[in-house]
Amino acid sequence: MRKVFAAFLAASTAIALGFLVLPVAAIFVRVPPGDLLGALGHHVTRDALLVSLKTSAIAHACVLLVGTPAAYVLARRRFPGRGVVLTLVELPLVLPPAVAGIALFAAFGRAGLLGDQLDALGIQIPFTQAAVVLAVAFVESPFYVRGAIAAFEAVDQTLLDAARTLGARPARVFARVALPLAAGGLGAASALALARGLGEFGATIIFAGSLQGVTQTLPLAVYAQFEQDFDTALAISALFIVVGAMLLVALKLYPWFRFTSIFRSRVVPST
Amino acid sequence: MVPLHVDLSLPRRSFDLELQLEVGSETVALVGPSGAGKTSLLRAVAGLVRPERGSISCGPEVWFDSAQRVDRRPEERSVGYVFQEYALFPHLSVLQNVTFGGGRADGLLRRLRLEHLAGARPGELSGGERQRVAIARALAREPHVLLLDEPMAALDPHTRGTVRAELHDLLRELALPALLVTHDFEDAAALADRVGVLGEGRLRQLGSAVDLLGSPADPFVARLAGANVLSGVAAPAPNGLTAVLLDDGPTVYAADAGSGRTEVVVYPWDVSLARSAPDDSALNHIREEIVSLTPLGNRARVRLRTLTAEITTTSAERLQLRPGETVVASFKATQVRLLPGG
Repeated sequence: MRKVFAAFLAASTAIALGFLVLPVAAIFVRVPPGDLLGALGHHVTRDALLVSLKTSAIAHACVLLVGTPAAYVLARRRFPGRGVVLTLVELPLVLPPAVAGIALFAAFGRAGLLGDQLDALGIQIPFTQAAVVLAVAFVESPFYVRGAIAAFEAVDQTLLDAARTLGARPARVFARVALPLAAGGLGAASALALARGLGEFGATIIFAGSLQGVTQTLPLAVYAQFEQDFDTALAISALFIVVGAMLLVALKLYPWFRFTSIFRSRVVPST
Repeated sequence: MVPLHVDLSLPRRSFDLELQLEVGSETVALVGPSGAGKTSLLRAVAGLVRPERGSISCGPEVWFDSAQRVDRRPEERSVGYVFQEYALFPHLSVLQNVTFGGGRADGLLRRLRLEHLAGARPGELSGGERQRVAIARALAREPHVLLLDEPMAALDPHTRGTVRAELHDLLRELALPALLVTHDFEDAAALADRVGVLGEGRLRQLGSAVDLLGSPADPFVARLAGANVLSGVAAPAPNGLTAVLLDDGPTVYAADAGSGRTEVVVYPWDVSLARSAPDDSALNHIREEIVSLTPLGNRARVRLRTLTAEITTTSAERLQLRPGETVVASFKATQVRLLPGG
């Protein structure tokens, strides 16, 4: 009986690993590395890469800039309705990306909630690069804010109190104590959100379309090339896998960096 | 130095902590069991928690006054707060910790023997070193009031004695109003000029440690000061003594006067132990079984069935005491305090 169970465990592990690794490995097996690099020089890929980098950078910067203080408030303050607010922040996590795209349309589209106001200002968002930025920010921000709230909640309240008794005003408490102590968790949340933003597909294709050089990000280019030029689609996919793997390795190494930094600043050993 | 004045009411789970206290250039220690509201009291003085009503002032400066609707922010109150477990910033060096609130650090680092550790992180320090960093940090802004929350609790038993002596000297030297809270009467007695006992939301007694030990106001204070407190019924005995028939059976003679329901107070260090009833001047001999033996440095705490005795480890070894054995506990009638019982 014990042997049967051991065999069952081994088989399950092997199947799970094989199922997860095989498709990823297949991408690299299908096309030799040299051809992959060549395909990356393709104009469709280059355009998509530029659009992705630009929109992701802007969206991510906005998410960090607004999301960090918001997460600090949500982590530190207890107010009525806090649970509702936290749930609303997490709602986009469970929405299908296509629904997020429709929702953005309903809010910022010409016939949308803010359509008239935006029209009066001469601003049109759908199918522009601004739409890509909005879609990416909308989809990735819950990932960041959720992680950032957890990171700030993990900071010992006594340390913040100690800073205040030492004369620090709230802004200084945030900058000198809360932010550096939450840095590890904020970094991890930021990396996950960035990865999610770079991979954004559904909301973007609905709200921004797939115009090469304007709104066609890397994931949209994979989809576009899928039927026209499978090798280019493979090359972009390979690029995603490499970037994703690097991100994961960086996240795994991060605690190790932190640990070693503890021993960095010893000037004279105590005797 | 300006005195700290505290008069407040702090709601607790099962009671309200009501306290009036004036701290001059001295160290006042408040002792109480956990849950007595000791930390909340310090947090209220620092402005980290708002009392229900009352006032807190430091000399002419009003920090809190519920009637006048004054409530200064923590960063606007001149307090140095030594937190329980010290709350040092783990990402900053010793020097950065000490200078976090501004002010100069070199004199303090020298005074607290931390110069060689200026670049170290709190994670690399021993308990005693961390405590000194916390004190240096609290003092760097030259506060008008010093607050210490269980400053000895995070220390190993074997470093405690030295650290306590150092802290005692430092507090004398500073001559600042210092308010210290602890659950340990011994720490309070060793560090403070005056000791207050907190119980069920009230300040039961405030005085020198000698006063509290010599004439505890009630059984609660006596118990907190470490005394054996035994209940019984008192009646006059020959030669001006009082005999107390304990609820557990034996009779205890006391030089104090008392009648009716009475609490008998005997300190463990006044109880001596022997294998058989000794032929000495002690009037009180109680034969009891040993429950446990706990070493405390050079002393041993011997718990008997109803009494606790504190004897030297030398005596404990000479008597070869073992749990389960029966010994005779002796103490003089002059070492017994009687308090009216409830």
